[in-house]
Amino acid sequence: MVDQSIDLNGLKLRNPVMTASGTFGFGEEFTDFMDLARIGGIVVKGTTLRHREGNPYPRMAETPMGMLNAVGLQNKGVHYFVDTIYPRIMKFDTNILVNVSGSTVEDYVETAEIISALAHIPGIELNISCPNVKEGGMAFGTTAIGAARVVDAVRKVYKKHLMVKLSPNVTDITEIARAVEASGADSVSMINTLLGMAINAEKRKPVLSTVTGGLSGACVKPIALRMVWQTSKAIQIPIVGLGGISSATDAIEFLLAGASAIQVGTANFIDPAISPKIADGIVEYCERHGFKSVRELIGALEIEELQPSACLTDQKCS
Amino acid sequence: MQNYTSFILDLQLVETQVLNAQYVLMKFHQESPLPIMHPGQFIQVRVDGSPNTYLRRPISINFVDSKKNLLWLLIQLIGDGTKTLAATPVGNKVNMILPLGNNFSKPEANDKVLLIGGGVGVAPLLMLGKEIKEQGLKVTFLLGARSANDLLELDEFSKYGEVYTTTEDASAGEKGFVTQHSILNEKVFTRIYTCGPKPMMQAVAKYASKKNIECEVSLENSMACGIGACLCCVEDTVDGHVCTCTTGPIFNIKKLKW
Repeated sequence: MVDQSIDLNGLKLRNPVMTASGTFGFGEEFTDFMDLARIGGIVVKGTTLRHREGNPYPRMAETPMGMLNAVGLQNKGVHYFVDTIYPRIMKFDTNILVNVSGSTVEDYVETAEIISALAHIPGIELNISCPNVKEGGMAFGTTAIGAARVVDAVRKVYKKHLMVKLSPNVTDITEIARAVEASGADSVSMINTLLGMAINAEKRKPVLSTVTGGLSGACVKPIALRMVWQTSKAIQIPIVGLGGISSATDAIEFLLAGASAIQVGTANFIDPAISPKIADGIVEYCERHGFKSVRELIGALEIEELQPSACLTDQKCS
Repeated sequence: MQNYTSFILDLQLVETQVLNAQYVLMKFHQESPLPIMHPGQFIQVRVDGSPNTYLRRPISINFVDSKKNLLWLLIQLIGDGTKTLAATPVGNKVNMILPLGNNFSKPEANDKVLLIGGGVGVAPLLMLGKEIKEQGLKVTFLLGARSANDLLELDEFSKYGEVYTTTEDASAGEKGFVTQHSILNEKVFTRIYTCGPKPMMQAVAKYASKKNIECEVSLENSMACGIGACLCCVEDTVDGHVCTCTTGPIFNIKKLKW
């Protein structure tokens, strides 16, 4: 019997598999296909203080092994969530985290305070990394000072689990991670989508109404994995790894790289029943390799001797 | 919230009928009964997961034989996804999520019904025509295409109602667009259902609202998930941005900002 439980800095997960915000609705969209009690948690759709209509259509472009989206945080606001959605989902037998976004620090704080009062929401995921909104979002998450400002302010009013979702659209993600840790975050989730673009050559027009959008899916996995590995060396708080995870093997790679839990994102669109399969596959891997606990996988990557890349030495790049 | 259950199923391809160079009609089967499906609903088909068909493909339900557990999909070969799907060997299983979306509403007992389809957009109108005929109403189809070659399943449509056609090159039926067909002046209709290219549906919607005729259209906004999770396929309606996959794909034109 493999012990699958994860203690994410106080947040207890039955297994390391969560679902990523923006790819799993409010969980209820998936109950035809899977049992939510078989995964560690869900992060529900990005919520802001006030109603947001999001960006105009078209918002999606399929790309090789992935997709771009430019939804722009469409949601009915935190009060609608509290009054209408929360009563429907509060009894789900899994951890429900709310992804919180805002245009100003005050928006983040007020939204977090409102959600703090909900008994069945053990944590929030602070979204300082949305690439699809004009103000706020990624603007906070791309500098250490901006990230610290939001996290400092929210930490003062929010006492439950505070996860901060990091943007990969930065020069050094470990710097942002350190700032977020210093400001009192309980964990970081990484990575949000990578800023990308798609063009319709026949029409000589961009595919997305916003021209640029966030890239996700299997194609981003190597970047996400690298960032998780680098960040795991830089901070002490747990990392929730995400970015293109589509199988148990992908999930295990993130754990080995240093993540304590993972989120399944775009893969939910292709197989809405995939997240419990990933949880089962992690157990099967542990059995096969003689691990008694999934926790033994965290950071268990074996690197014999770290070779500096050629560019950092005197060798010429070929 | 939807009031039906969706399933992830592997259906076996039993026949692929090549209608012409651009269209195929694929017939799928499973041993156990298929879920109940209504005209206008759609299916998310998993093609092969290759780099160019990463996401599922939303495809209208063309026809269902619930006694024999058969499902038909009418497919236009547009991109890599549809071409790869059409090349599936007979006997292989294809993974689908079904049924999805809402459906065309039932006509009233005294309605005079017109079903207008354009190109591959005729697909969902076949099962709709069958159900309306079974309801005891007379069905009229008005089907338009670029040329005779693009008029699909005419024999099937004629089983359920009168069929009128238009082609842009005059190779079959009246020349021009569906909205120019003489039947619109000669007969009275109280309810129109339409599916086809957006400009065609917009022209139909304009005609219907001018004549004060109830009208429902089937939208095909590009989708990722098909189940209301990603919010990519939104249509700007009088109720704001709503998902075409769950609030639609069928919309009464009064809800649209066309």
